[in-house]
Amino acid sequence: MEIPYTVQARPDTGLYNAKLGIWLFLASEVMLFGGLFSAYVLLRVGAEPGMWPHGWLNVTLGTINTLLLALSAITTLLAWAACKVRDFTKFKIFHACTILLALTFLGIKSYEYHDKLIHYEIKLNNGTFADGHLVEKSPDFDLAKKTGTVTLHGHIVTDEKELMDLRSPEAKSAKHEEVTVAATDIKSMGNYGPRHNTFTAIYFTLTGLHALHIFGGTLVIFYFWAFGGAMWKTDPERFTNRIEVSGLFWHFVDLVWIFLFPVLYLT
Amino acid sequence: MSESEKPVSLQSYFRLCGVVFLVVLCTTSAMIATSFAHIGDGWTLKVALILSIAVVNAFLVAGYLMHLLSEKKLVYTVLAFTVFFFIGLMGLTMWAMNDFPPGTAAH
Repeated sequence: MEIPYTVQARPDTGLYNAKLGIWLFLASEVMLFGGLFSAYVLLRVGAEPGMWPHGWLNVTLGTINTLLLALSAITTLLAWAACKVRDFTKFKIFHACTILLALTFLGIKSYEYHDKLIHYEIKLNNGTFADGHLVEKSPDFDLAKKTGTVTLHGHIVTDEKELMDLRSPEAKSAKHEEVTVAATDIKSMGNYGPRHNTFTAIYFTLTGLHALHIFGGTLVIFYFWAFGGAMWKTDPERFTNRIEVSGLFWHFVDLVWIFLFPVLYLT
Repeated sequence: MSESEKPVSLQSYFRLCGVVFLVVLCTTSAMIATSFAHIGDGWTLKVALILSIAVVNAFLVAGYLMHLLSEKKLVYTVLAFTVFFFIGLMGLTMWAMNDFPPGTAAH
């Protein structure tokens, strides 16, 4: 039995099935990300004065990722347009570009995550804080047994608030060098992972969910790129509709990043 | 007829995409410049400005790349409901921000 309205628009809705489906799905996605954005607002407004981080994320990398996603949205649109004019070769080229741009985006995001996961804040017994990127832990380092040492490339501050605004003149002028701390001097130690504070928690949640969407979208686009030839030969109009639907999802993912970038990196 | 049903010219899409990318480049630069500029005492004004620029950016992507400027009525209806519930979601969150139940500590 043939499924109706996979190519032609339904007379009552004016849309083919998949297009109505993707718009309903995107509406639910708006609410999913909307819930997390409202959580961000709640956490940010509820933070104690001076305790919401600024300048913790690399603006250069965020900007590169913004432009990569914008370019990938454009190549997705061009891939669809190439299908419309029945140029399968150009479709393959544009979609290959989309896949490469998406993978580069994910690579940069992974680098950023890695940078946060090797960044440590150590609270010392004397009340000061050692903060920086992990250089090495001595082979016998064990925080529970209080043995060994840990070396960071960073600096020591007296107040945790000094670590919050990395755009402040004090933070910019701080001298970073190798700091070695004995386990016996450590009160607590943790990296800048999701458990560090509410900012890193919402940062990893929002960007992680977004990265999952990028990954899923890339898989779908790759499937059409690698195995789409068969349907293209038999039913090019239906294939073109599939490219439009996957493109709408991809543009939505770009839209989410358009708000994630300023909210997390610039404010 | 929605945009996706009209006859397509690859050349015209190249031009459109070129313009959209240039504007995205400009708006992104404007957001970064605003972020590092000395505007006002705190972050409130900066955040408002940056998010306003982001909305322009989003309009471009949704309007031109997603063809929302010329879509069917049903898509607009779905989106109208989405906007309504989204505003409710954000609005109720902010409305409840300082609404601490009696007997609980406010920070």
